[in-house]
Amino acid sequence: MKKKIRISGVLFYIALAVFIINILGILGTVVLNSVGKEWYGGIFPKYFTLEWYSYMAKDHDLPQLLFVTFAVVISVTAIALLIGIPTAYGLARYDFKFKGLLLSMLLLPMLIPPMTYGIPLAAMLYKVGLATKISGVIIANLIPIVPFVILILTPFIEQIDPNIESAAKILGAGRFQTFLKILIPLSLPGIFTASILSIVRTIAMFELTFLVSGPKSQTIVVALYYDAYAAGVRPPQAIDALAVVYFLITMTCLVIALRFVSPTQMVFRLED
Amino acid sequence: MKEEKHIIFLFFLPSIIFLAVLFIYPFLYGFYLSFTNEEGEWTLENYLTFFKDPWEVRTIWTTFKIALPATLISILLAIPFSYYMRHGIKGERLISFFLILPVTLGTVLVAEGMLSYMGPAGWLNQFLKAIGIIKEPLRLTHNYTGVVLGLIIHNFPYALLMLLGYVSGIDPNLEKAAQILGADGWYIFRKVIFPLWVPGIAMAFSLNFVMAFSVYPTAVLLGQPSGPTRVMSISVFHWAMEKFNFNVGSAIAMVMGLIELIVILVVMSLRQRMFKGGSMVGKA
Repeated sequence: MKKKIRISGVLFYIALAVFIINILGILGTVVLNSVGKEWYGGIFPKYFTLEWYSYMAKDHDLPQLLFVTFAVVISVTAIALLIGIPTAYGLARYDFKFKGLLLSMLLLPMLIPPMTYGIPLAAMLYKVGLATKISGVIIANLIPIVPFVILILTPFIEQIDPNIESAAKILGAGRFQTFLKILIPLSLPGIFTASILSIVRTIAMFELTFLVSGPKSQTIVVALYYDAYAAGVRPPQAIDALAVVYFLITMTCLVIALRFVSPTQMVFRLED
Repeated sequence: MKEEKHIIFLFFLPSIIFLAVLFIYPFLYGFYLSFTNEEGEWTLENYLTFFKDPWEVRTIWTTFKIALPATLISILLAIPFSYYMRHGIKGERLISFFLILPVTLGTVLVAEGMLSYMGPAGWLNQFLKAIGIIKEPLRLTHNYTGVVLGLIIHNFPYALLMLLGYVSGIDPNLEKAAQILGADGWYIFRKVIFPLWVPGIAMAFSLNFVMAFSVYPTAVLLGQPSGPTRVMSISVFHWAMEKFNFNVGSAIAMVMGLIELIVILVVMSLRQRMFKGGSMVGKA
């Protein structure tokens, strides 16, 4: 019995190591290539240089790219919270007839892949003239993020003792005052978790941004895709330089996020 | 609490408006577009354009051929891994970090990295050659294999973390009870854990399949988007965003959504037939 466990353990760690080594290899190649010169086979590049970064920054108008990315990410998170907090509160506190229906409607945008509903959405945004604008990109990205924020927030609010709210009411606070002065501060940990996770998700959201953005409203990940798609146009090292910028931003957010949440919280999980 | 109904409703109003305007309406609009021509007259032409052209219809088969193996491999790998991790293991935080990494970084960066890492002169081929497993470099990019590999690298960790969420939510006392009653490890897995786990596995399979079925950047960057890996998403994108024909584009998107829905329904009904009452799982 003891020996059997050991064998499965060894197998487990070996297989996991193979997976991790490949991931590191994929990322390592990108990073090394972005600072390397004359890398024709061989384990490492011949020379090291930072010239690809300046090439990429000039090629892409990097400040503009960063500005759009962060403007989109921050707006999406803020608006999603504004829409999501009241709903999460309602879901945590009340039972009503159509609760099941509302919940499943909220789950749908997270379950259906963006490539499926993105085309009609893009058609609609083109029709009302919001496509290719930053506002259009923000609107599109809200679709999977609002339900995501609600699902994260609801259990946090459920944990807050309803007696605290009752006490505030008895002491004469109005509904709105209770919400603002009692509920919001008490649910700050949940709001924080929801924000950081929605930031991580929005930075990496490719499909929706890709479908509705124009040249001036691209986020980094879309710019990276176009670079990789038109691979012959610029040196591959410059593409990898942009990839590294994207990688660093995402990694920073991920590392911050993982201080507060467990990785299983970051993938979708449906409670039956 | 004796709250008036219309005030409760106010809490939900923002998200109801959000859902109606940004999700339900576009869906209906896409449905409408798919059955009308550019003049707004009702027609079936958009669907016929897709189904009459063998080159377009083949994308359905191509997509299945990529999505099904990628999903099956991801799930079948993820089951033993998450089973092993169910009570927590050494170095779990670090392992989880590496698992969540490709999920968070997204398909574009992973595909871009794989192009050089798994390319003919990349580290992987150099390594395999050096230890003598292969003589000629393996062709792992710009073909079918590349797309399936790319999907697995992205979907395996996703499936693993999802399954881990479910399996670690199963009451450990059940396992202990079975052990005390003399069940061995394989028996416990087969008769205790697995039946309780099936709803989670079905859900993970459905989500993974749907993700794989709508694959886009991976199929373009790591595959041959004009041939063997021309998946449905590419066809949708081509019609809607390159030809700017949202009518045909929407029609193909509707077909794609319908196929995804059918697959989910099939998986769910299989699950129900296999294990009745399997959803009575202790939650974490």
